[in-house]
Amino acid sequence: MCRSGRQPDPHEAGGNDAGNAAFAALLEDSAEELYETAPCGYLSTLMDGTIAKINATLLGWLGLERSAVVGRMRFTDLLTVGGRLYHETHFAPLLRMQGEIGGIALEIRGAEGVRIPVLVSSAVKYGGEGEPLLIRTTVFDARDRRSYEEELLRRKREAEAAREQAEAAREQAETDRVRLQEALATLQQSLLPDVLPDVPGLEAAAHYHTASPERLGGDFYDLFAVDGKRWAFFLGDVCGKGPQAAAVTSLTRYTLRAAALHDPDPVAALSTLNAVLHERYTGGDPRYCTAVFGLLEPDPATGQVAVRIAAGGHPPAVVLRADGRADFLPTPGGLLVGILSDPRFVSASTVLAPGDTLLLYTDGLTEARTGEDRATLYGDQALLGFAAGQAGKPARDVIRALTGLLDDFGDGLDDDTALLALGVPAHPAPDPVTKNAR
Amino acid sequence: MDIRRRNNVTVTGNPRGPAVVLAHGFGCDQNMWRLTVPALAEDYRVVLFDYVGSGRSDPSAFREDRYASLDGYARDAVEVCEALDLRDAVFVGHSVSAMTGVLAAGMAPERIGALVMVAPSPRYIDDEGYRGGFSAQDIDELLASLEANYLGWSAAMAPVIMGTPDRPELGEELRNSFCATDPDMARVFARTTFLSDSRDDLGKVKVPTLVLECAQDAIAPREVGAFVHRAVPGSELVTLEAVGHCPHLSAPEATNAAITAFLAGLR
Repeated sequence: MCRSGRQPDPHEAGGNDAGNAAFAALLEDSAEELYETAPCGYLSTLMDGTIAKINATLLGWLGLERSAVVGRMRFTDLLTVGGRLYHETHFAPLLRMQGEIGGIALEIRGAEGVRIPVLVSSAVKYGGEGEPLLIRTTVFDARDRRSYEEELLRRKREAEAAREQAEAAREQAETDRVRLQEALATLQQSLLPDVLPDVPGLEAAAHYHTASPERLGGDFYDLFAVDGKRWAFFLGDVCGKGPQAAAVTSLTRYTLRAAALHDPDPVAALSTLNAVLHERYTGGDPRYCTAVFGLLEPDPATGQVAVRIAAGGHPPAVVLRADGRADFLPTPGGLLVGILSDPRFVSASTVLAPGDTLLLYTDGLTEARTGEDRATLYGDQALLGFAAGQAGKPARDVIRALTGLLDDFGDGLDDDTALLALGVPAHPAPDPVTKNAR
Repeated sequence: MDIRRRNNVTVTGNPRGPAVVLAHGFGCDQNMWRLTVPALAEDYRVVLFDYVGSGRSDPSAFREDRYASLDGYARDAVEVCEALDLRDAVFVGHSVSAMTGVLAAGMAPERIGALVMVAPSPRYIDDEGYRGGFSAQDIDELLASLEANYLGWSAAMAPVIMGTPDRPELGEELRNSFCATDPDMARVFARTTFLSDSRDDLGKVKVPTLVLECAQDAIAPREVGAFVHRAVPGSELVTLEAVGHCPHLSAPEATNAAITAFLAGLR
């Protein structure tokens, strides 16, 4: 069965150089030697697993003498207990059913108790009648391969764990975000009046546009009674956004309310606010706002409402007249509130007749970016033109139209915007018949 | 739910014969019985199935909490019997399925009239006064071996395995598919199997029972076979001259002879 003689290739005959000598030496490697000293383990077992033949390589790994193994041990005796379980439940049945099985990762119990990870392949040898005779098995040292695979498995488990953690964190973040949004919305609401009070002979409407639910805006407005005959209102814009801006807004709102009760004169109210902000925020974190403050004095006899306003650094109010005109009510030269210890605030007055409306707004409206490329600011003149188109309408219709305008700005509107309209109804509330006739 | 589809139920043999249900153990699937079926087909109506999580069962039916105990597998067996409306069937269970059969017979006594327990073990881990043959660490080693060998399993192959239930001859691409199982489901089955302790259930068996053990079995040693025989009232013990845990594959003639003799005695 083993060839001992050399049978040189015809092409090589007569050659005598170093290459041929090496090749000849290779051929001297007999089949027996190839089997015994192959770089892998070989064994043959009877169908019951009894080891009938085993090569020297495998015996070396096992640290066992041939005489202690052949005829005395079964293949499963070479395996660790876990490997034996796996062999019985998977390996052996599959080998029986398929006649062969390859590349199964098992561990053998090596010399001195060392566990050697191996890859095992087996094939059944059949007799002439197709009856199974024996099992031939090769055993490959898989130590490096196994540590690599274990590393991969470890990384896989780590990745799965990280993915689960990330998923949990994402869910938590989403929960937190929703909760924070609810808290911010509540806080934002607390900075604005729930409802506007009824003022005799006057209709008031307001709208607040929130640019980002995540960020508290700094715009504010209010309308409240000063005494039995007079009402005060204000609208403004605190610099910045977020919790700090909200704190300033809160301080501003309650300061103006308190100041108005003490002295409702618009310039006096803004001066009080200036003193408070200036005192509170001197130092490294200056905070200021723009604001327009006004006092309303309805005259029940004429149905007219006298308005006196003062402003600091705020865009001018617009007066919409019943006849279709719209004009600014300028308060030029007023300074930002809270910057200087001794600021100048400018006041202005007007009278609202039936059908007239006073419109207050923050610069989110006039600084909305328009046009295809969102490069042009909406601007004062456009606002004046739009307002003229609404002149003569009730305050809530003016606000509704402006809300529609804000919606049309789309992503061109990236700032909070507050709107407050105070209008004197053109006629006493019409009865249903005349309403239909209009 | 279509139980026949869920458990990949196969019905073969003599439609007018008494029903024999063949239940595979942990590891492979109903193909394990391929050398048993021919011996029964002439006289018996032979029912084969795969437990959910094994073979070509419907993986979407797998619920870890259900299959974390042998009761879950026993319910599979009972539901298969119910779906076919079997009465007094003989339940042949290999390995852990022998115990599944005991539990199923307790759940549905009208369905199961006799038990054949092939290489059974009611508990694999040693206990005080009881030698099951294994320690808890050994079971961890087995789980590691499962982890190291996906045996032809891959997520991409699952539809191939699932989608060809009637394919007569499995091609090369389905090599090892008898044992191809979703690794996560296999891990659950392995833990449920090897951490189970059903010793107390053996005494409740009220049906004729054949205990088949192998002369040399690395998983269920002789003393476990003797324990089961002693514990099951009136049981019959046959020791097969077979090596290994799967006598129905390694010694099919002897195994079939023992089973058919027992079945003949029941008639």
